[in-house]
Amino acid sequence: MPARLPSNMSAPFSWLKPEPMGLYIAPADAWIDPSRAVDRALVTHGHADHARGGHGETIATPATLAIMALRYGVEHGVVPVAYGETHSLPGNVRATFVPAGHVLGSAQILLEHAGERVVITGDFKRSPDPTATPFAVTPCDLLITEATFALPVFRHPPIEQEIAKLLDTRARNPDRCVLVGAYALGKAQRVIAELRRAGYTDPIWLHGAMERTCGLYEDFDIDLGDLRPVADAPKGALIGGIVMCPPSALSDRWSRRLPDPITAMASGWMRVRQRAVQRNVELPLIISDHADWDELTCTIADVNPTETWITHGREEALLRWCELHQRKARALALVGFEDEDD
Amino acid sequence: MEQFAALLDALVTTRSRNGKLALIADYLRRTPNPDRGWALAALTDGLDFPAVKASTIRNLMTERVDPVLWTLSRDYVGDTAETASLLWPEPPADQLPPPTVAETVTILTATNRATAPGVLAGLLDRLDTSGRYALLKLATGAMRIGISARLAKTAFAQAFQVDVEEVEEHWHGQTAPYLPLFQWAAEGADAPDSSALPLFRPFMLAHPLEGPALATVTTNFADYAAEWKWDGIRVQLVRVGDEARVYSRGGEDISAAFPDVAGALPFPAVLDGELLVRGEHQGGAGNEAKQGGAASFNALQQRLGRKTVSKAMLIQYPAFVRLYDALIVEGEDLRPLPWTERRAALETLLPRLDPTRFDISQLIEAENLSALEDLRSRARDDAIEGVMLKHRSSTYVAGRRAGLWFKWKRDPLLIDCVLMYAQRGSGKRSSFYSDFTFGCWDGNPDTGAELTPVGKAYFGFTDEELKWLDSHVRRHTTARFGPVRETDKSLVLEVAFDSVHTSKRHKSGVAMRFPRINRIRADKPAHEADRLETLKALIT
Repeated sequence: MPARLPSNMSAPFSWLKPEPMGLYIAPADAWIDPSRAVDRALVTHGHADHARGGHGETIATPATLAIMALRYGVEHGVVPVAYGETHSLPGNVRATFVPAGHVLGSAQILLEHAGERVVITGDFKRSPDPTATPFAVTPCDLLITEATFALPVFRHPPIEQEIAKLLDTRARNPDRCVLVGAYALGKAQRVIAELRRAGYTDPIWLHGAMERTCGLYEDFDIDLGDLRPVADAPKGALIGGIVMCPPSALSDRWSRRLPDPITAMASGWMRVRQRAVQRNVELPLIISDHADWDELTCTIADVNPTETWITHGREEALLRWCELHQRKARALALVGFEDEDD
Repeated sequence: MEQFAALLDALVTTRSRNGKLALIADYLRRTPNPDRGWALAALTDGLDFPAVKASTIRNLMTERVDPVLWTLSRDYVGDTAETASLLWPEPPADQLPPPTVAETVTILTATNRATAPGVLAGLLDRLDTSGRYALLKLATGAMRIGISARLAKTAFAQAFQVDVEEVEEHWHGQTAPYLPLFQWAAEGADAPDSSALPLFRPFMLAHPLEGPALATVTTNFADYAAEWKWDGIRVQLVRVGDEARVYSRGGEDISAAFPDVAGALPFPAVLDGELLVRGEHQGGAGNEAKQGGAASFNALQQRLGRKTVSKAMLIQYPAFVRLYDALIVEGEDLRPLPWTERRAALETLLPRLDPTRFDISQLIEAENLSALEDLRSRARDDAIEGVMLKHRSSTYVAGRRAGLWFKWKRDPLLIDCVLMYAQRGSGKRSSFYSDFTFGCWDGNPDTGAELTPVGKAYFGFTDEELKWLDSHVRRHTTARFGPVRETDKSLVLEVAFDSVHTSKRHKSGVAMRFPRINRIRADKPAHEADRLETLKALIT
């Protein structure tokens, strides 16, 4: 009778199984960012396509858990793990949460098992953000990276340049207001914080969908200055002002109440003119909370894993880059992560 | 180049016409000669560098970027120039400063097929992303940013507060960078002399006969001459020396598509008329008297927009001009004369013209406006769009002047359709579902007939009606396809249109001209809307 190989001698990383609904950690019976309710979930960050309610146990950073409590009512079975802390999972799997720089509380997850180190980046960026803890490079054997903006045409300019564009447009149109479409969680607060950093102290007006998330950021000691709900704005107060709303509200009936708004959108997709035109955006602001092409490729080089798995976006181009740089890589097909608004 | 690049970027994302005009006008005021002239030429498609092709850019890029990554990027972005501007590798430091537009033009003009790639690369290295986009758009001569030549000329007029029709008149005969034009408009110099060139003269245009004008014309009917308004394209025929041109309404030179007409004017003159195609192919043979020998607009479309025209085309769709007016004849400018005198001059010209290429628009005799209305409603010739009323003492003045010429279109045709799909509009209307697709029943709706889309309209309604329609669409959506919503097909719309023709391109087999929402018939049940056969019976 042939001797059975011990499980840790099987193919590399075979304990990690990419399934359509998420990444499954077999020995721990746990999932990363599952799109359906499971018994045990590790959640990288609080955006709806990664974090959902209904899990038996939800393991995430305290800020991510606070976001999930606020937005999806997740209160039971929560297991907070701070940045840098290691949480032991069943089946000899250790999970460490490492800052990803994407939004407040966002984390990469380092998994260690059977002598192998795997880093799942989740959504991440390398450029500075006053509202998120900076990305930390973590050496590993297998890197599972996002690829939202994985085309060489995507190079996000320095945010200062885009904020200057926004302030300049506002200054040149004193009779109008600038309506900025931005993700209600993360992007909106980053844009507000950068406006403050650029010296803009006027009230910033908020769509109702942003009030609670901004409040949560302030609970985490991120100062966003004078914020006021659009609903409470006295007549004429919005003229010459900056209004923030979720992208979906840009062309919604809601925007009709605003004084001749200039439609701006803060998104990495704004790099391509036709994407701005298709969304009726007059002022495209190239601001993204995802890594651009240079950040994606430089992260693979910095982390220098023996193998790279690519997910969440334009896998093809990043695969090609890995091929050109003699790096072993494969594309995973996980569902539901195309990020139209970021 | 940076200023021009910023202008292009702003134009791409500006929807409103007034916004675009203001941007271009502002640029023209702020930018010195000759840069602004070259920029204007680029915007009006007046620049051409034969040595630079789209393939030049493609080759430049695939030498610098992995071909697979280039193709993936190009497919995503959808525009070669833009993809290249985004992908161009950051150049080494200490480049020359960005070139001016004029410098760019000079450099590109001096290239040939062999030197173009290297020269273009050198220019790209001196520019940032926006500048590279502007350069590549300029170099390949295909702006495609929704700026018509007319819009650019209007912006020019606005920038220097001159009359756009005057701009049109002086424009032709000038070449980029249009220094005499800028000296005239911006610095008050004399207008460029153009008497020796076959130039376009701006058209005199008509107001719709409605509102208070209706009363004026009724009272003073004898002051006006009436003639048919023909459904072709308004043209101006110009001959100076041996050079002849055919210009369209917008001043576009369409001589190449109509060489039969362009070559037919035997003496120097500027004549105004309607370009039509002989009517044999639309069933016009046999009732030519009634048709006036003209086919419907559909026949004319076979020849419109062609760069060259084949012999077969010339034979199958022979064009002719139905003359309305004479502006200049053998050096004499008739424009300051009253209409009656110009008309008399035009009539004396007729015997000198080839009758297969020219006839004259007949005057209509009517006692009063109501008699004319009666004649108008009985005119079922599909080459007739309505009637024109011209003040007998009117001089020929450019543009649309109050009280001189009126157009009185035939009453539109009407049909009741069912709203099927709605799409969000753009600009001011971006939050409204304002583009409506409607259909007719392909049989008896009570025995299982389906709706077939027959047309699309995005005007005809008031702002209040638009709000109502928008809210109807939102409350009656059954499916969404991107920006389009499918409705439950419960709303009847009365659609007005000028005519309907057979069409192989549309599933319904018909195409309407100029459809608009005439009335919302919320009172009418959908199954009582019209059938396709009713619409087909109106085909002309």
